[in-house]
Amino acid sequence: MSEKKGWKELMRGSDLPPASSLEYKTGSWRTLRPIWDPDKCTHCMFCVAYCPDMAIPVKVTEEGVKGFGGRVYKGTVRLETNFDYCKGCGICAEECPTHAIKMIREEEAAKASK
Amino acid sequence: MSKWKSLTGAQAVAEAMRQINPDVVAAYPITPQTPIVEQFASFVANGIVDTEMIPVESEHSAMSCTIGASAAGARAMCATASQGLALMWEVVAAAPGLRLPIVMPIVNRALSAPINIHCDHSDSMGATTIGWIQIYSENAQEAYENMLLAIRLAEHKDVLLPVMVMQDGFIISHGVENVEIFDDDAVKKFVGERNPDRFLLDVDHPYTIGPLALPDYYFEIKRQQEEAMRNALKVYLEVGDELSKISGHKYPYFEEYKTEDAEAVIVVLSSTAGTAKDAVDELREEGKKVGLIKPILFRPFPYKEMREALKKFNVIGVLDRSMAFGAYAPLYSEIRNTLFELEKRPKLQSYIYGLGGKDIFKSDIKKVFEELLSGDVNPEEQRYIRLRG
Amino acid sequence: MATLQEIMAKEPALASGHRMCAGCGIGSIVRTVLAASDKPVIVANATGCLEVVTTIYPYSAWKVPWIHLTFENAAAVASGIETAYRALRKRGKIGKEVNIVAFGGDGGTYDIGFQALSGALERGHKFLYVVYDNEGYMNTGNQRSGATPYGASTTTVPAGTKSFGKPQWRKNIVEIVAAHRIPYAATAVNHNILDLYNKAKKAFAADGPSFIAALQPCTTNWKYDPALTMKYSKLAVETNFWPLYEFDHGKLHINYKPKNRKPIEEFLKGQGRFRHLFKPENKHVIETMQKMIDEEWERLLKLEESGAVL
Repeated sequence: MSEKKGWKELMRGSDLPPASSLEYKTGSWRTLRPIWDPDKCTHCMFCVAYCPDMAIPVKVTEEGVKGFGGRVYKGTVRLETNFDYCKGCGICAEECPTHAIKMIREEEAAKASK
Repeated sequence: MSKWKSLTGAQAVAEAMRQINPDVVAAYPITPQTPIVEQFASFVANGIVDTEMIPVESEHSAMSCTIGASAAGARAMCATASQGLALMWEVVAAAPGLRLPIVMPIVNRALSAPINIHCDHSDSMGATTIGWIQIYSENAQEAYENMLLAIRLAEHKDVLLPVMVMQDGFIISHGVENVEIFDDDAVKKFVGERNPDRFLLDVDHPYTIGPLALPDYYFEIKRQQEEAMRNALKVYLEVGDELSKISGHKYPYFEEYKTEDAEAVIVVLSSTAGTAKDAVDELREEGKKVGLIKPILFRPFPYKEMREALKKFNVIGVLDRSMAFGAYAPLYSEIRNTLFELEKRPKLQSYIYGLGGKDIFKSDIKKVFEELLSGDVNPEEQRYIRLRG
Repeated sequence: MATLQEIMAKEPALASGHRMCAGCGIGSIVRTVLAASDKPVIVANATGCLEVVTTIYPYSAWKVPWIHLTFENAAAVASGIETAYRALRKRGKIGKEVNIVAFGGDGGTYDIGFQALSGALERGHKFLYVVYDNEGYMNTGNQRSGATPYGASTTTVPAGTKSFGKPQWRKNIVEIVAAHRIPYAATAVNHNILDLYNKAKKAFAADGPSFIAALQPCTTNWKYDPALTMKYSKLAVETNFWPLYEFDHGKLHINYKPKNRKPIEEFLKGQGRFRHLFKPENKHVIETMQKMIDEEWERLLKLEESGAVL
C-alpha cells in the first residue's frame, strides 16, 4: 500500500477514484483457503455469485473447459479463486452442489505449495 | 435595462433565483421563509423558469435532495429558517465537506424553545463553525444582490463551498421596498453556467463522494476545506468587483458609515444597521461624532481588515441579535478576537437586542451611543436593550 | 430470462478489496441488483455496513458513481439525483440515460430513513430503493431496529433473566411501501440470485419508484459460522420467516410457496442471537413466533387469492 498523502495532495472534498479498494489485499485476512477441483466443477456460478468479495473471476469461452464428468462447459466458466482478496469465509465450499471446493487451513496450503 | 420593482425581501430573493434559473430547487415551508419558495413555485408553474422543483417532506430532506442534486451536477438551492435550519443541521454540516456550491437563503428567525417565528440571529449564529460561507443582508436590495454574488462565489474553483445568504425575518422578508432588479441578460451572463469538473451524472467518469475517513485522513480533508474558506476571502472581493460592473454598487467585507472621525461606533448586522444609520444621522446633526460598521461577510471573518477599520475608535458598542448562552455573544466575540492583537485597544461594550423579534428603535440606538460616548462601558457586562425586569 | 451464467458474465459493479466481514451476505445483493441494470447506474448509499466497508478512505470499492451523505437520507439524496437527472436532460446537458439506486440497511430504512423513504415514494421519483435487511444495526454491533424479529437478542434489547429479547414483531416494510401505490415492491433474499435479478429488472423497468427488501443474514451479529450465510437465507424462505413475494402495481404475487413449510426452529437453531430461545422458559416465544409466521402466511395467501389491489 502506498504512503499516506498530505492534505495538499488529496483529491478535493474527500472524493475517491473508482475501484481504489483493489490496492487493499484482503487475502491477508484468510485462515482457511478454498481448494477448487476443476474436474468436479459444473460451472453453475453459485460460488461466483455468492462470494462476498467477487474473488472468483470468470471468463466467457466459446470452446469451453473440461469439468465435471469430463464434460465440456461453454459460455461463462469460473477460474481460479483470486487469493489476493479471498477472505476464506467458506460460502463457496458450503454451497457447491458437487462439493468441488474444500476448505483447508491456510498454513497447510502454504506447506503444500513449498 | 434594470427594472425597479416593489418587492419584499423574500420576493427579491425569489427574483434572484428567477434570474439564476437553477436546475433544481427543493422546497419546504417554514415561516418566514415560505414566501421565497411560494414565489418561486409560481414562477415554475407559469413557465417563467424551467427549474425542477422538489416539494420535500422536511427540511432535512430539502438539504439532502439539494446535496444529491448538486453532487449529481445540477445547480441546486433550497431556503430555510430557524427550526428548519436546526433540523437540517446534520446535512448542512456535511455539505462543506463534500465541497458542493449550494446557495441557501436564510430568513433569520429565532430558535425554539419557546417557539417564536420572529427575527433574531440565533439560527444562523448556530451554524458558524461548520464551514458555510455566511453573508448578511441589510435590506431587500442587498438580499437580492448577495444571492447573485453568492452563486459565483460558491462555484468558484478555488472555493467550492456552500453559502448562506441571510435577511431578517419579517422585517425584511415581509417588508416591501423598491428594489432595482438588474437586466435579466446581464445577470444571466454574470451568473453563467455551472461547470463542475466532477459530477455523478457524468457516468463515464465515475467517482466516489462521501466516504468514511478514519483518524489518519479526516484532519487532512478538513484542512483542505479550511484552505477553501481562506480563498473565499479573496474570491468574495473579486466576484464583488465583477458584480459592481452590473450593479454600480460595492461589495466590501463590511460597510463603514460615517466612521471617518467617529469617536464612538457600533457594530451591528442586518436591518438594524438601517435603523442605526438614521440614528447616526440624527446624532451627527447634533454634533456628536458617531458612526457604524455593518459586517456583511461573517464567514470567513475578515479579522485583518476589520482590525484596520476598528483600531482608530475610542469606544465600540457591539449589538448582537442572538446570545451565546454562557459565553460572549457571537458578533461581540468576533470583535473581541479582531482587537486582540492591538497594543492599544478600543473600549468595548456588548449589547443584546431584539431576541424573538423584539423591536429596536432609533431611540434605543441613540441611548447606546450616549452611553458609549459617556465612557460608561464594561466589557465584562452583557447589556440588554428593551429587556423588561 | 437471464441465466446465472449470463448474469455472472457481467463485470461486478463492486470491486474486491472492501472490508465486508468474511461471509457477509451483502456482496451478492449488490452485484445482482446492479447487474440487472442495462443502463449506467448511480448509487446513493445510507450510512451503514455497505457504505462503511466499501469506502474507507482512501479506498473505494465502487466502480459506479456513488454518493454517501448521512444515515437517514438515501431516499432523499436519490430524489435529488433523480431530479437533477431530469432537469439536466431537459436542458440538454446530459445525453446518457441512467438508473438510480438507493441502498440502505434496515436501520436506515425502517427507522431513521423512514420519513425520507416515504416522501420519495409519495413524490413518485423514478428510482429503485434496495434495503439490505440484516435485521438490526449491524455495523455498530447489533442494536435493535424496526426490522429486528420478535425474540431476537440485540445489545439494546438483550435477552436476560427478565427479557427474551425483542417483544415486538418487525414492521412489514414492503406492504407499507406498497401502500404508497408505487409500481413495484418486493421481498427478495441474497441466495436466490435469479429471483432477485428478475425483481431488479422489473424494478428498473417500473415507471416510478420501486423497492426491494432483500434479506441478508449477518454472520457476525446473527452469530453463526461465516460459511453458512446462504444456508440461513434458504431456511428463512423455507420456514416462511421471509416469504418471497412482490406487489406489481399493488397486486400481490407470492413467488414461492414451500411445499413443506419447515418449523421455525430450523431457522433459529445455530444462530447466537436466538440461542436463548431454546431454554425451557422461552419455549413460549418460539411458539408465538411460529403462530405469528403461520398467521402472516395465511394472510398473504388470502390477500393474493382475493386479487385485491393495494
